[in-house]
Amino acid sequence: MLVTVTLTLLKGFGTTCAIFIITLVCSLPLGLIIAFGAMSRFKPLKWLIKTVVWIIRGTPLMLQVIIVFYGPGLIFGWDALERMTAVLIAFVINYSCYFSEIFRGGIEGIPRGQYEAGQVLGMTKRQIFFKIILLQVVKRIVPPMSNEIITLVKDTSLARIIAVREIIKEAETYIAVKSLIWPLFYAGAFYLVFCGLLTLLFGWIEKRLSYFV
Amino acid sequence: MSILEVSGISKHFGQTEVLNSIDFTLEKGQALAIIGPSGSGKTTLLRCLTYLETPDSGKISVNGEVIFDADDPSQLSEEKKRLNRLHFGLVFQSFNLFPQYTALQNVTLAGELLAKERPDYKQNKKEILADIRRNAEDILASVGLSDRLGSYPHQLSGGQQQRVAIARALALKPDILCFDEPTSALDPELTGEVLKVIRGLAERNTTMVIVTHEMQFARDVADNILFMADGVVVEYGPPEEVFGNPKEDRTKQFLERYSS
Repeated sequence: MLVTVTLTLLKGFGTTCAIFIITLVCSLPLGLIIAFGAMSRFKPLKWLIKTVVWIIRGTPLMLQVIIVFYGPGLIFGWDALERMTAVLIAFVINYSCYFSEIFRGGIEGIPRGQYEAGQVLGMTKRQIFFKIILLQVVKRIVPPMSNEIITLVKDTSLARIIAVREIIKEAETYIAVKSLIWPLFYAGAFYLVFCGLLTLLFGWIEKRLSYFV
Repeated sequence: MSILEVSGISKHFGQTEVLNSIDFTLEKGQALAIIGPSGSGKTTLLRCLTYLETPDSGKISVNGEVIFDADDPSQLSEEKKRLNRLHFGLVFQSFNLFPQYTALQNVTLAGELLAKERPDYKQNKKEILADIRRNAEDILASVGLSDRLGSYPHQLSGGQQQRVAIARALALKPDILCFDEPTSALDPELTGEVLKVIRGLAERNTTMVIVTHEMQFARDVADNILFMADGVVVEYGPPEEVFGNPKEDRTKQFLERYSS
């Protein structure tokens, strides 16, 4: 039994990991682009982005997943998206917005004097960003980022709302079919270990960046 | 020919007139101290010289070459500004060292980036970088920091940080070195070590513009004093004149408050 459950849960965990990794890989760069948009001096763009971020952060991710899945069909009469695709679209949009706010805070928190010192030393804007600003931003955003990324691990379970078979959905079938509760605890252990490893990773990164203040 | 000629520089922020037609000249090898009450526009004037602010009107020339002319907008391309800036070095009140780099790296960074623009960079990369490093070590030694080359800014005292910042500005061999209240962020105890370094620079005839509240220091070090109040030059002349025999009431008033 333990072996069967383990195999089923591993299959679900594969889906969980796929949602996690794809969301992360797409949202980090997209979040940075959105952050630059939110800091743009072109007012209409800035306000458009601020509104989108407000809507996405102001409504539940669960609602967004449902709308992305059913919306195109019910509103426009289009073919339904693949379940997994719908989940990924909703997750990437949602997390890009959260990450963009973290990036924006990190970038805006760098004192103006750092830019000015670079300018006065004849550096180009590119050089100032990549040689001076970026690493300071990274250092500042590691703690809020690690928080958000650990939340993402657990948010992947929302995919089950449109019947994507991630790890909790798989574990739950054992309640219905076999009246077994322990596979759910077992699924919980997967999350714990995963988040534990991420915590160690972020701790290590923080330590690596602690050589400067 | 004067190394620096500033004429008719004006600048306002919103409704506030911060600089009102400032004129002055600076000769090579001389030090000019700018004094005056807070809010009189001293810092803004320095920031105009280094393009950190764009004056509304006026003209700035270095070695006879016009580097800024408010009437000629073609001067203002980013690339041109960037290269023109190198005529000036600027030491900030708040040091603004790069925290992720050591003292030595803070001093070499800009030089290394600029060296990449040299046509012979690829061929002579090793020698060029070695030169930059040797130059930086020499300069850091000259400000008394040869034992702190590998220290990060947060491991240094304020006075040491400011000395690194001075070394960083000197490394690019600017024509004119500007100081924006270099000791205002320091404890009185640490002020001395920074002033000593600047004094040393003056003795070696470094061309400098120093905005300062240290009156005694200005008197000792500067060849000329420029007293500013409310965005205008109230009085200009050698220290003996301005301190010893001020002509304007506004200057007397200011100096009395300092001596009491």
